[in-house]
Amino acid sequence: MKRGISYTAAFMTLLQRDLRIAVRHRGDIFNPLLFFILVVTLFPLGIGPEPQVLTRVAPGIIWVAALLASMLSLERLFKADYNDGTLEQMLLSPQPLSLLVLAKVLAHWILTGVPLILVAPLLAVLLHLDGNSYGALMATLALGTPILSLLGAIGVALTVGLRKGGVLLSLLILPLYIPVLIFATSAIDAAGLNLAYDGQLAILAAMLVGSLILAPFAIGASLRVSTN
Amino acid sequence: MWKWLHSYADPERAYKLSGTLLPWFSVLAILLVGTGSIWGLLFAPTDYQQGDSYRIIFIHVPAASMSMAAYMGMATASFIGLVWQIKSADWAAAAIAPIGAVITFIALLTGAAWGKPMWGTWWVWDARLTSELVLLFLYLGVISLYASFEDKVLAARAAGILAIVGVINIPIIKYSVDWWSSLHQPSTIKITEKSTMSTDMLYPLLINIVGFGVMIGAITLVRYRTEILARNGMRPWVRELATAEEAK
Amino acid sequence: MTISNQSRVLLSANELTCIREERILFDGLSFNINAGDIVQIEGPNGAGKTSLLRIIAGLSRPYAGEVEYLGEDITRCRDEFNHDLLYLGHLAGVKSELTAEENLNFNLRISGYDDFDTTELLAKVNLAGFEEALAGHLSAGQHRRTALARLQHSNCKIWILDEPFTAIDKKGVEELEQLFIQHAESGGCVILTTHQDMSIISDDILRKITLDYRFV
Repeated sequence: MKRGISYTAAFMTLLQRDLRIAVRHRGDIFNPLLFFILVVTLFPLGIGPEPQVLTRVAPGIIWVAALLASMLSLERLFKADYNDGTLEQMLLSPQPLSLLVLAKVLAHWILTGVPLILVAPLLAVLLHLDGNSYGALMATLALGTPILSLLGAIGVALTVGLRKGGVLLSLLILPLYIPVLIFATSAIDAAGLNLAYDGQLAILAAMLVGSLILAPFAIGASLRVSTN
Repeated sequence: MWKWLHSYADPERAYKLSGTLLPWFSVLAILLVGTGSIWGLLFAPTDYQQGDSYRIIFIHVPAASMSMAAYMGMATASFIGLVWQIKSADWAAAAIAPIGAVITFIALLTGAAWGKPMWGTWWVWDARLTSELVLLFLYLGVISLYASFEDKVLAARAAGILAIVGVINIPIIKYSVDWWSSLHQPSTIKITEKSTMSTDMLYPLLINIVGFGVMIGAITLVRYRTEILARNGMRPWVRELATAEEAK
Repeated sequence: MTISNQSRVLLSANELTCIREERILFDGLSFNINAGDIVQIEGPNGAGKTSLLRIIAGLSRPYAGEVEYLGEDITRCRDEFNHDLLYLGHLAGVKSELTAEENLNFNLRISGYDDFDTTELLAKVNLAGFEEALAGHLSAGQHRRTALARLQHSNCKIWILDEPFTAIDKKGVEELEQLFIQHAESGGCVILTTHQDMSIISDDILRKITLDYRFV
């Protein structure tokens, strides 16, 4: 009996498993996306259809909707594994826990973050986003949504064992999302004014690297508490 | 140093030590906060620009500076509790959290009250006020997470992880909010230049800052003692204590 | 069982205390588990059997005390310990969205194995022909067997099994008992809880650790 599976192989095994389950359970992919689209369409109805107003608030609306959609979809990140005991098996696996956690977060981001990035330009059209801002919108979403998944996963890991985690989860993670929101929207604003926005992107990239390194440990430690 | 810490990790000793410290902290807190507040509110000179309304800084500034210090204290206690598995430290973190939240709330409230005469409105999205608001959310997150777990040993570990994640994020949040506010308000109002403050204003302020710190310490000790008793209800020494109290 | 195997201490529990919701389940519990042992944790419902198993497996942290694996605290040598541990809890660790084969494949790979034949292993637990069936469509017993198939391909010394016989028929229980004896004889140990009587593992090879229900 050989026990020499590589880190990459372990990572891919978990990633593939999560993607396969999601394909068999398509609702989990489409519901957060639908929520994202719905929230964005509500705003013109709430604040009026004037294109100038919408252009001004579009970055903020898209990003706030993205924060909420990401949080909503994260809630189920560890729940199923917790309920059927696979989470325990992951914690007891000889593979490093942060590696497995990272695979789960990546799978989640592919399933919910990427569709959100793809649909965002369409919503930007609905909100009359400034023509110059599309590049910045895509870039900030590409850098920002993985940060949301990583930070959010800490909150989810802390509340997975609780019966009513939903509202609590928003209290735990939304404050942590603030910097992403600020730098992302300001990059889009700057692009709309034809100003340079690579500074904001650099900060977002730094936050992504930082959370890639630190968040898996926090998520792992939180899961050990939740399964205690 | 860790040997010393471990000897106080024993709940009974921690309870007795905090009992011995409590009167000292209480007396000192009353003296300092009393002196600072009376001096500041009644005797310090009137500000030539802001009139008497500036006097709220004798409450606002100490509360604001201690709100952050209390968070650091809580996170440090959580860190010790998590890494060295010292439960007394966990209980200390649980004891500080609500006090920190109240102090943060006081800082927000006095800040808003100061805003009314200064800016003519109760709320301005000023960088400091906004950061303080986010800090309040972080406190409330830790408190409700702690409250959500039935098992308080687990609750302390979960809340501790969140507090530490918060500490790493506080500088980033603070930086981003400062940056955001300078972006949206090119002419941020400079409220007080501390360096140009007259000493008659500075001394009562400093006394109150220290006083608030000691006061938080004193209230923490009270809550800490309660927390120790609540978590050790099944221990013989707590029962003996309870019977002794009843006999009195 | 050979004598030389018996003398080797695999796991030792030192002064374990477990407190759940302010109730002391056990206090100052110490024992050794040697290579070749089959140990049953017994006691009434609520006495802390599952809690004890989870503490030994390193899933739960005891309120006080520690568990040592080959003389080292398991929280300090988690990788080595996990490498030598197979734990099956109340929850089987089987996903209903995946087929029996996919489940077994995932569970073995995540434990580090990559040289196995799932069809053969599933046949050993009487699941031949069910490889492609979604675990959610299997019966409770077949669901459990999907999880237990891992025991057929394991070189972990320590097996910790919480109620392994749940929903398993009489013949299946006997086969499992054979497997446990075989595992113990080859130098491993089995720690389990069960409310069922075992027919092959007799009381003279079975060690028991009894937990009492406490009202305090």
